[in-house]
Amino acid sequence: MKRKMKILTNGIFKENPVLILVLGCCSTLAISVTVLGGLGMGLALTFVLVGSNVAISLLRKLIPNEIRIPCYVVVIAGFVTLVEMVLEAYMKSIYDSLGIFLPLIVVNCIVLGRAEMFANKNTVGDSFFDGLGMGLGYTMVIVGMAVVRELIGSGTLLGYRIIPEGYQIGIVTQTPGGFFCFACAMAMLIAGLDKKGRKFKPEIGCDGCCGNCNAECTDRKETIGK
Amino acid sequence: MSAGAKILMILFSMIFTENYVLVKFVAICPFLGVSQNFKSCIGMSGAVIFVMTLASAATYAIYHSLMVPFGLEYLSTIIFILVIAALVQFVEIVLKKYIKPLYNALGIYLPLITTNCAVLAVTLLNISNEYNFLQSCVDGFAAGVGFGLALVLFCGVRKTLERAKPPKAFEGLPITLVAAALTSMTFMGFTGMAEKLFG
Repeated sequence: MKRKMKILTNGIFKENPVLILVLGCCSTLAISVTVLGGLGMGLALTFVLVGSNVAISLLRKLIPNEIRIPCYVVVIAGFVTLVEMVLEAYMKSIYDSLGIFLPLIVVNCIVLGRAEMFANKNTVGDSFFDGLGMGLGYTMVIVGMAVVRELIGSGTLLGYRIIPEGYQIGIVTQTPGGFFCFACAMAMLIAGLDKKGRKFKPEIGCDGCCGNCNAECTDRKETIGK
Repeated sequence: MSAGAKILMILFSMIFTENYVLVKFVAICPFLGVSQNFKSCIGMSGAVIFVMTLASAATYAIYHSLMVPFGLEYLSTIIFILVIAALVQFVEIVLKKYIKPLYNALGIYLPLITTNCAVLAVTLLNISNEYNFLQSCVDGFAAGVGFGLALVLFCGVRKTLERAKPPKAFEGLPITLVAAALTSMTFMGFTGMAEKLFG
């Protein structure tokens, strides 16, 4: 049980998928405009991540090594379609606010990355907790950023007005604000870890080639680097 | 609106006003990952433009000739990602065999874009925007060009950034993100221009 707890907290803090592994930035930046949307996205991704991690871990001995990435993508796409249907039927407002980023969970680096880095090497139980931890870590960051952006950008929290009309800074909810908030969050993390004496230099996960987090990727990276 | 104006509007808005990377936050990973050197920017953009145009055409054909008649619209996410994966493999094999110079230029980037969010996004948005075949292809092409433009512009910004000395906590990725914020601010200037020009 202790080991499971460790895997769980590993995803939430020590290896936070967004801030430390720097995966799946697209949806984090785009959806963290409202707290409710952020929460919806976080929970949707957590569900997909847990489901795909468990399924891939179950199938890990059956999936041939050469075509494993397409196999993972199919499993993940199945879960994403499930979430899409449920949200469209029961939570239409969240479905609309997530828009294109809901189907884009299929190519979200976190989900594919965890399938490749964790689920295909570990037992079903461990993979379950890894998926849960990573999903919660992602949710935490996206909701945290959404609180700041919604408060400053729209002056509301969960739709309730906090800052009076006319005092909000609209650009925070737009694209530049997203990049800037993410930069600040990361800088705060670096400064905080630096105080604790831990050096941390974030780099974009897998050099931007999302789903190809495999050995092939490092070869390519070297070729591209030249 | 005439068909020609509609095409021009799609072209203009996908490159400037609704630029995938800098306005819509799609494909941030390759944007931050590849923009370090100019040569790989060009290669990546070329591959993305090529694959996006082909993927738009292929998914349009499959959606309207297979999925609609059999009532399979709800499977579009799964089918499209598989089509894109297969298409990328196919293109890689064909280029390798028949068009060697193009393969040498784009080859190493092709497998990287199977899971590029922008490719899947453009195919899904083509369907939800109810574009016809030509409009879909133009949409795919223009989205690719927009991605390339953002990548090349940002590459220039990063080159200058290398000589800057930011506060210690901002060194590396955080200051790159701040630069991305400023780059995307320039694209906010295009807001509403497409409607004014072609509307």
